[in-house]
Amino acid sequence: MTSAETTADLSTSTALAVELQGITKRFPGVVANKDIVLSVRRGTIHAIVGENGAGKSTLMKILYGVQAPDEGTISINGEPVVLKSPTEAIKAGIGMVFQHFMLADNLTVLENVALGAEKLYGIGDAARARIRQISRDYGLRVEPDDLVADLGVGDRQRIEILKVLYRGAKILILDEPTAVLVPQEVNELFDHLRELKSEGLTVIFISHKLDEVLSVADEITVIRRGTTVAAVDPKQVTARQLAELMVGSELPSPQTEESTVTDRLMLELQGVELGTTGQAKVLDGIDLKIHAGEILGIAGVEGNGQAELVELIMGMRRPSAGKVLLEGDDITAAGVRDIREAGVGYIPEDRHRHGLLLEAPLWENMILGHQTQAPNIKGPLIDAKAAKADTQRVVDEFDVRTPSILVTAGSLSGGNQQKLIIGREMSHAPRVLVAAHPTRGVDVGAQAAIWDLIKDARRNGMAVLLISADLEELVGLSDTIRVILRGRLSGEFDPDVVTREQLGAAMTGADSAEGTHNEA
Amino acid sequence: MKLDLRRIGLAVAAPVLAIGVALILATLILLVAGDPVVAVWQVLFKAPLPRQVVAIVNEATVLYLSAVAVAIGFKMNLFNIGVDGQYRVASFAAAVFAGANFLPGWLNIAVAIVISMITGALWALIAGALKVGRGVSEVISTIMLNYIATYLVAFFLKMAAVKVEGSNATSTAVLAEDSRVPGISVNWLLATNNKIYGLIFLAIAVGFIYWFVLNKTRFGFDLRATGQSETAAVASGINVKKMVLASMVISGAAAGLVGMPLLFGQDYAYGDTVQAGLGFAGISVALLGRNHPAGMAIAALLWGYLSQISNGLQISAGVSDKLVLIIQGIIVLSVVIAYEVVRRAGLRLEQRRVASELAAQASTKTEEVAV
Repeated sequence: MTSAETTADLSTSTALAVELQGITKRFPGVVANKDIVLSVRRGTIHAIVGENGAGKSTLMKILYGVQAPDEGTISINGEPVVLKSPTEAIKAGIGMVFQHFMLADNLTVLENVALGAEKLYGIGDAARARIRQISRDYGLRVEPDDLVADLGVGDRQRIEILKVLYRGAKILILDEPTAVLVPQEVNELFDHLRELKSEGLTVIFISHKLDEVLSVADEITVIRRGTTVAAVDPKQVTARQLAELMVGSELPSPQTEESTVTDRLMLELQGVELGTTGQAKVLDGIDLKIHAGEILGIAGVEGNGQAELVELIMGMRRPSAGKVLLEGDDITAAGVRDIREAGVGYIPEDRHRHGLLLEAPLWENMILGHQTQAPNIKGPLIDAKAAKADTQRVVDEFDVRTPSILVTAGSLSGGNQQKLIIGREMSHAPRVLVAAHPTRGVDVGAQAAIWDLIKDARRNGMAVLLISADLEELVGLSDTIRVILRGRLSGEFDPDVVTREQLGAAMTGADSAEGTHNEA
Repeated sequence: MKLDLRRIGLAVAAPVLAIGVALILATLILLVAGDPVVAVWQVLFKAPLPRQVVAIVNEATVLYLSAVAVAIGFKMNLFNIGVDGQYRVASFAAAVFAGANFLPGWLNIAVAIVISMITGALWALIAGALKVGRGVSEVISTIMLNYIATYLVAFFLKMAAVKVEGSNATSTAVLAEDSRVPGISVNWLLATNNKIYGLIFLAIAVGFIYWFVLNKTRFGFDLRATGQSETAAVASGINVKKMVLASMVISGAAAGLVGMPLLFGQDYAYGDTVQAGLGFAGISVALLGRNHPAGMAIAALLWGYLSQISNGLQISAGVSDKLVLIIQGIIVLSVVIAYEVVRRAGLRLEQRRVASELAAQASTKTEEVAV
């Protein structure tokens, strides 16, 4: 348990700066955090890793006082505390550096830092001196009179760090701090973090980039599906092992059935690009083909272009180059409604934002996305009677657990919302189904049911694009797996022979050479 | 059935709560100002005289049309603050056309009303196009357009004005006798010879069309879906930009109707004495009536009642009739807060109810439930 790298003496390095016990946070229909256990020793860099949606951000909001936990205790430096607001968290010595900087461009560094903390050192020379002193103490190289608008991303991040130090933080939370940085800046940031650590401060570092976590953290806690699953020593794990912990392996495994792949090409993307000139492309040179009866799985760490790929196929974005073909028809320039009418079903990644009207009754949600299709309409009118009958059928057939089709969609649990969406999309007999993270945030029972539904779709000759972060799901369901990394697709992996280590390596780019050599 | 009762209960709870809070706060204001509290409430709660009843209904007719115009935007999360400017530009255009007497009688009225709607729609389209094309907030642009409308109408009114002997009022040509909509006499019911606007039927028809289009048509579904969640609307294939333009145009067309009962039933011309501020009152009525066709009718009547009854305040209680503006202001503020509180409570209530009903189902089936 001792860390060789800490320069602080042993007594302080073993004392706990932050201790969470049994933290549980429920949102209607979803448990965001469940029995979280976290021990962060003072004077260390502690990384928290997990997939997006695993519950990291909820946990951080709890620690920063933005949300109150339903159960569990928080202790700071051994003292139990109740954090009702960020102000109280700041008082307890916790500072948060957000992923998206909160700086006013047209103000100077001094003004930005002093803003909201005028009581501490005023807004004049005392504040300026304090900023210079902090900058010197931690080697942050921040000049108080610079205009923020003139500064680069790395500088701005250092200002954000200085901002929380200025407010007296002894425990710093950094949310995905490397997401916005180029590699050289990342190394620089890590030097600063080590500097902070050597001054006795505690850093909590949230990330899903495993190689970075391994290089800078003293300890790592892994979160999966809302709960802490392991606390590991970075010196004793590899990136692959960490990736396995992140995506999990003890879940019920979906079983692949006999291949139903046909040679009828349903969906094809040809050289699709998305991006503006001068910046890194979000999607680059995407070529993919899905045949009737085939499930193509796309693996990848979140934020590598999956969401954009889905929105592009659905017509919500236009590619800057390339073509999208639906059974030979060019749908590159078609609108969302045309694409849906042409037979593309859509299970969105974020069902609350893109899949449902949470305050509308279930039967109106059945119409959503199919406003122009039977049985929902009679000419320009909504056929409420037929839509309600159809909703009742879906509720029965797809086992949506609800007391009535008149209740609002928001009152259902996540799994039942998802079953309603899948039932809705299947009801219109799509040729292609685009399923983004179909089992995210749903309970184990519903998960198995959803897998069965997707397998049924495949057996019925649908072409399915399955995007998931759950390797088990991808390996179990897909006929072909490809990995997306920084907007580019890897070669094809055969799910029957690929190992999760190979996929994990391709996903994190830790071993990209191996990934491409394993093309099936 | 049980669910419906609960819904109605929740729907009524908010406005009742808001009005209650407004009465209490108004009482406090009276106390602080040292005004006679009892006398004021006696005036405000006195049953209106027969002629006042007619005036209330007439005022409510106009307010209702304005509220519907605002509510069309509200349903899509668009804040059309510009109903005020839209109805003035539109009324002026209609008055100029109808006053010129190109067409005979009823035809003249019908065409003038259509012209009014088109003018209102075009005026609102400016704000819609700015929002869609340039991302200008409709709140800002409609407020600015209200000012432009004021001066534009004043400018054109001066050009179009007809000089009347012995009067310095500026106004368009007075409508011919056969181009007026006769009022409805209610002397069989109330002891007054004052008449209710004949165009009250227009307001009722607009209310019905509003309800029908919103709840029964695909267009209405798209509009409500966009208002509830723009992201979900986009994913469902709704062209949000088109919807913004369409709803602004329809809202503006409805705004064009606001001035019609006044033009054809009371003033018979558009002059510088024409009633202003109806668009803003419409916002209050739409908020209080919760954008519901019947709710807005009740709210419009309440608004009409308060403003008519306030005329007696100065004489009977020695208190400025502006007190009613304070009460109206507090009602709107508290109603917005109360609706949000009740809405959240309703959602929580339903979530809990669904969970408990499912749990009950599960235990009777003695099955394992994975929820």
